Amino acid sequence: MASPLFSLVKKDLLIEWRQKHTLFGVLLYVGSTVFAVYMMSGQPETKVWNALFWITQLFVAINSVAKSFLQEHPNRFRYYFTLVNPASFLLAKMIYSITLMLVVSLLSLALFSVLLGFPIVQTGLFILITATGSISLSAVFTFLSAIAARANQNAALMAILGFPIATPVLMMLSNLALKAIAPVYQPGWWTLAGVLLMLDLLIVVLGIILFPFLWQE
Amino acid sequence: MRQSWWKVVCVLLLGYTVTGGILLPVPALDIINETIRNLYFHVPMWFTMIILFLVSFIYAIRYLRSGDLKHDIYSAEFTKVGIFFSILGMLTGMEWAKYTWGAAWSNDPKQLGTAICMLIYFAYLVLRGGMKDEEKRAKISSVYNVFAFALMIPLLWILPRMVDSLHPGSGGNPGFNTYDLDADMRMVFYPAVIGWILLGVWISTLRIRLSIITHHRENSF
Repeated sequence: MASPLFSLVKKDLLIEWRQKHTLFGVLLYVGSTVFAVYMMSGQPETKVWNALFWITQLFVAINSVAKSFLQEHPNRFRYYFTLVNPASFLLAKMIYSITLMLVVSLLSLALFSVLLGFPIVQTGLFILITATGSISLSAVFTFLSAIAARANQNAALMAILGFPIATPVLMMLSNLALKAIAPVYQPGWWTLAGVLLMLDLLIVVLGIILFPFLWQE
Repeated sequence: MRQSWWKVVCVLLLGYTVTGGILLPVPALDIINETIRNLYFHVPMWFTMIILFLVSFIYAIRYLRSGDLKHDIYSAEFTKVGIFFSILGMLTGMEWAKYTWGAAWSNDPKQLGTAICMLIYFAYLVLRGGMKDEEKRAKISSVYNVFAFALMIPLLWILPRMVDSLHPGSGGNPGFNTYDLDADMRMVFYPAVIGWILLGVWISTLRIRLSIITHHRENSF
């Protein structure tokens, strides 16, 4: 299972690298989004900064992760079907979107700190939470983009399906991130972090259980 | 479920709920006053909604295991009636909140939780509406149903830890279930819950029978 997984991830990343216009499209999307947010808000106070940052993450996640399944031609799924088992195909797509999302969210963090100010006290912790956030959001949206792709729909459907699930996840992330921004006492921070990790695990496990049903025709 | 005894029980219980709920004595509490009677109508809506969504989730799993389109029809119709009850629950709750909390919407975790349920299942309907092929529609919407329901339960459990609740029984507000859901109210509340759940199941079974007939008519030549 490890070797097809590795080659699938490698294939996706290679395609990403060779079709540089889509990669730069995503990066430019991040840049324009952050710029638009900056034009609207200037340099806001810390709590607003935090909220704006996570909202930006949500929109960036939808646009960059939507590529994972929606960019594949439907007929090509049949070809993959003969090559690999569904679990490794889904995991490969998840790893690919997590990688992409990590790059994109760190870029947006850099842009945020340049344009909207840098209120972060514990930089390492904030980067860690951003990385966790990228993993959670891309895992959810990868699976939902699989659903949207099988339903022959566009990224808008993925957003509709994902918003209600992503909103509480975003709330948890922004609450966790507050610790890195403002030196406030937060009881139960570790519990919340543990719950978020359990939720990520649950998403991946559910995805692996359900994906084979989605995959077969 | 084709027997009629439980439908008679449902009618009797709901008749008792409406008469008893309006006439029987309730504790006199500040602010809440007589609106406490809303307990018999508002709270059972949530119980019914959760039960119907749970049944729909179970039928979605059964569909994925069996591939029998009948199970998908069950799942979809239970969801639709669940959405109907969530709307009723939201309306009765917002009406009640306008008089007791001063605003129909006040960022309460239970309201947020319901809003999330409603968004998830509205999205489910949009997803179903977009597909014409029955097998495909059944499969994809069952997958989404299972995925969303399994994630929704932990999220609904987490939400109250993120925001304070105004609901009776939390955040220092007088609660129905702590010290003032007295024997009189229990006498009406428990029958009300069972009655409303039976009503939800009844409506669902009618809709299921209707849509199975429609399905047969469309598929016979």
